[in-house]
Amino acid sequence: MVVDLSGVDELRGIRVSDEGVEIGAMTTLTEVEQHPVIREKYGVLAEAASMVASPQIRNQGTIGGNVSQDTRCWYYRAGWPCYRAGGNICYADTPEGRNREHAILGASRCVAVNPCDTAPALIVLDAKFVIRSRKGERVIDAEDYFIGPDVDITRLHVLQPGELLTTIRVPPTWAGARFYFEKIRDRNVWDFPLLNVASVMFLSNARIDRMRIAVNAAAARPLRLKSVEVAVRGMPADAATGALAGKLAVEGAVPLQFNAYKIPLMRNLVKRAIGGVEEGRWA
Amino acid sequence: MGLIQWATDPWGLSVPIHIGWFLIWVAAIAGLAFLIVHATYLRYFAKPRQFAAEQPASIPDEIPARVARHSIAARAFHWIMAAAMLALLFTAFLPRAGFEFDWVTYHWIAGLVLTASVLFHVVHASFWLDFRSIWPDRIDMKDAWHRTLAFFGRRAPLPRRFAKYPLENQLYHGVIMIVGVAVIVTGIFMMFRIRTTLFTRNPYLFSDLTWGMIYVLNGLAGVGLIALIMVHIYFGLRPEKLPITRSMIFGWMSREFYLHEHDPARWVVTGTHVPRTPFQE
Repeated sequence: MVVDLSGVDELRGIRVSDEGVEIGAMTTLTEVEQHPVIREKYGVLAEAASMVASPQIRNQGTIGGNVSQDTRCWYYRAGWPCYRAGGNICYADTPEGRNREHAILGASRCVAVNPCDTAPALIVLDAKFVIRSRKGERVIDAEDYFIGPDVDITRLHVLQPGELLTTIRVPPTWAGARFYFEKIRDRNVWDFPLLNVASVMFLSNARIDRMRIAVNAAAARPLRLKSVEVAVRGMPADAATGALAGKLAVEGAVPLQFNAYKIPLMRNLVKRAIGGVEEGRWA
Repeated sequence: MGLIQWATDPWGLSVPIHIGWFLIWVAAIAGLAFLIVHATYLRYFAKPRQFAAEQPASIPDEIPARVARHSIAARAFHWIMAAAMLALLFTAFLPRAGFEFDWVTYHWIAGLVLTASVLFHVVHASFWLDFRSIWPDRIDMKDAWHRTLAFFGRRAPLPRRFAKYPLENQLYHGVIMIVGVAVIVTGIFMMFRIRTTLFTRNPYLFSDLTWGMIYVLNGLAGVGLIALIMVHIYFGLRPEKLPITRSMIFGWMSREFYLHEHDPARWVVTGTHVPRTPFQE
């Protein structure tokens, strides 16, 4: 049974208050991308939303849908009886499996990845996800909205049957922070990420006072790199610190047959997210 | 809602992939139903247990006050195995019941603990214990037949007292051994499908059909353990069985209980010294 929620106005729109912004789950990605307050104060989210799929899809696609989408693993999408589909094998994690897009971290039987672009931006902004059901409402951190196969191999998020993501609240904690977002994909539009990275930071005397950084498409859930956040605190936001952070970020990575490139890619994305790069954009 | 879940593999073959997960609840309900029926029967319908003959008057003098029943090694094995079994059940089935956590690592570690403990037990029981005592002999089978006849109201000779282990213990041991070996063997093969530090992953070790049967057998043995362990805990807590349970903690049972339940001719006990421990009453 499919329930059309488009008639529920409360699920749409962006509301600004002293407590940040509240984004209805059915707000389109274009609205998120173009909202003046989000562009001004939470640029990392506007940037991430602008990188999703294509303009046509962003006009229709919603932020709630974006964070709740399923994985793109083609073995799973093709309907093969893999772990994620309730079976007992991961076809991508076999000697002949096509796994160029798959996980280098956090794999547990299944090696599919989360393909969401806005997730790492929402995680670094410390967003809260409001979930409602007939039992009531619960609010969870963006970071905890996503789950890996070690917890539940059939889902990428915590939503249970009967639950609905209604709102995403972005607190003012990181408003106006220096941010970085970069998405690597095979083509520049209408494609899912091979990897993406988002970071926000506040500097004090040219040194990192506090920061948050997250990557996605490296694992089945977006990964907040807490060890990196701790390690770079008090250090200058330059290439040397970025290089150190990059090495730290990929510790424990296990490449598959065809995705070893993701390790240097992630290392460099993290480096750029901290040290900056000419080609990248600071805001 | 089949007993087995089937799927079509990439080559178009219909292969089993899992048991039907509703069997978890079937096993739990079956275990619970057994407990209720058994407890009700004992409470309201069962006749007092009778044995064939009184103990000879001379025997008690030869029996120590505390009859050694389980060595420290045997008790350690039992409780380690019990912990491993419970860990296996909880990590396997709690996620199915909606309690989500990272269970796979804990599951295979518990499986390895179970495997190691069972290997120890096989060697220990073969060379250091009375290996035959846990297997039913002709007297056990004959007495079981007599007890069955009596249960249905037929005339039959009274059964003799037990040897070291009552027939129920022996049968339970046999069943748990079969189920345990099934989960151990299938579990070890299944470790080739996950990432561990012990095995090189090889998802192609078997065909899809064979893998499916391994998963199904592991699942069936697992749900079987749910009922078996429920029953085991129930008997362990029954008042008339508490001396046996205590002997699995402290290692001994009282002379009175020994003489009431066991036949000194079939379970020969010498004046074994059972040292006191801080855990003993």
